[in-house]
Amino acid sequence: MKLINLDHISAAPLLPEVKESMIDAINSDLHNPSSQHQAGEAAAERLDAAREAVRQLVGAKDTKEIVFVSGGTESVNHAIKGVAMANQGKGNHIVTTNIEHNAVIRSLKRLSGAGFKVTSLPVDETGRVNPEDVAKAITDKTILVSVMHANNETGTLQPIREIGEITREKNVLFHSDAVDSVGVVPVSVEEMGVDLLSFGANRYYGPHGIGGLYVRKGTRIFPLLEGGVQEHNKRGGTENLIGIIGMGKAAELAIRDMDTRAAHLSELKQYLLDNLPKHLDEYLINTNLEHSLPDLLNVSLKYIEGESVMLMLDGDGIAVSTKSACATGSLRASHVLMSLGLSHADAQGTVVLAWGIDNTKEEMDHFLASVSECVHTLRSMSPLYRNHNG
Amino acid sequence: MYNEVVMDHFKQPRNVGTIEDPDGVGEVGNPLCGDMMTIYLKIKDDKIDDIKFQTFGCGSAIAVSSMLTELAMGKTLKEAKQITNKDVAAALEGLPKNKMHCSNLGADALHMAIQDYEDRKAGVQRSGPARKEDHEHEKESHCYCPYCDVELNEASTFCEACQRSLDEEH
Repeated sequence: MKLINLDHISAAPLLPEVKESMIDAINSDLHNPSSQHQAGEAAAERLDAAREAVRQLVGAKDTKEIVFVSGGTESVNHAIKGVAMANQGKGNHIVTTNIEHNAVIRSLKRLSGAGFKVTSLPVDETGRVNPEDVAKAITDKTILVSVMHANNETGTLQPIREIGEITREKNVLFHSDAVDSVGVVPVSVEEMGVDLLSFGANRYYGPHGIGGLYVRKGTRIFPLLEGGVQEHNKRGGTENLIGIIGMGKAAELAIRDMDTRAAHLSELKQYLLDNLPKHLDEYLINTNLEHSLPDLLNVSLKYIEGESVMLMLDGDGIAVSTKSACATGSLRASHVLMSLGLSHADAQGTVVLAWGIDNTKEEMDHFLASVSECVHTLRSMSPLYRNHNG
Repeated sequence: MYNEVVMDHFKQPRNVGTIEDPDGVGEVGNPLCGDMMTIYLKIKDDKIDDIKFQTFGCGSAIAVSSMLTELAMGKTLKEAKQITNKDVAAALEGLPKNKMHCSNLGADALHMAIQDYEDRKAGVQRSGPARKEDHEHEKESHCYCPYCDVELNEASTFCEACQRSLDEEH
């Protein structure tokens, strides 16, 4: 049975063209792009072509502003720690939100232990931060504001442009973790007003293990990895050229197909939203439907626990992810869901549905039938459901 | 992630449900820690004549409840009181380490239900099931990092996972 992948946020399939580009890169025996002989120059040309595609994808002015890194996590670590270290003379205060990815949270926690002060802002019950709160949190010691673009658990988009206007006016650097939005929705660093933007490649059907950091010209930032002068002196180490070529191809295709993909993904989203009530009752949609990605929904199924749902759906050949405390290994409910004001019990029953361009309405029907049965089974054995019904 | 025995009990849980007019009811856990189990008992001649469970929780919590009911069914109360959470995990041929101290509450729920039965016999009135809110975390002789809960080597002066220094004896 073919797997129905509703967990694209964990892994999206490589597009055939991406695979071909990478296999071709392997077969081409590319040399080191830093080498000055002809073989090196040929490799550098491939590197430049990929960088140009990625520049276009994020709407940067100059290819020099694109730094290839090993993925979203490195990109975020680089942006936050690199800016903090390079701007210590100016101040030690950083502003962020309560719903960031662990890459941001843990980078900031590390900095807190080294004398930096962090202000983490709450979000409203729809999952969005208020730009006015950002403005109020900025002090004369603030060196960086870091707010994610699309949340990885809910798909809710943050008011980046409004925050960008504030950081511009106050002359504070602005970083956005856009790992889950770049390549899925139109992103322009110029329109957003960001100085730093983190992104990967797998969200738009490129490989894992490769990503990018946009660094606006003139931004003070130290390299995270010291070494050679690769990546315009921002990231030491010989480039992962095969990954970069795959990322470049994926970026090219994402630009070309963004509208048609978005139309298909939005249609599936609407289909789910229309049909969920026919198959389920007593659930919460934790995604802000006015401001969100077209390919993700966060649903809390009341009175049951998410890992059980995930396991049962898995038995039916459907992959989803869950943010229940049991499943994450942290034994704590998701900080994102808690920030939305969910109760612990409701947070436990949360599944994240992340479909992709390869999914169909028939697959959604299969999911709806399967989840309906699984919720029924789990509720019939849940003491919470019993208590709720007297 | 789980072994075949656990998956079998998760997919086909034994003795799910409630008992009409139970002789004892025990409950452990709460939604905060992700798991909650209720055990219903019917007692005949000091033996467990019937046992049913209801569980809110992850795969291992459901498998644990199911296996516990199998272990307890037909046992004398004295025997049933001796069933430990460790016995249940062993009967399931092992649980992932991070599940050992959160989902493995079945025996506690059983003991609460037996307590409830004995209390009722002694004339103690209760409005709901006998409850145990906070379960003991079965950490036994292992050391765990107080900051990130990763298992530690006893001699460590810092946690290799989160790199925090461990000043006190642990």
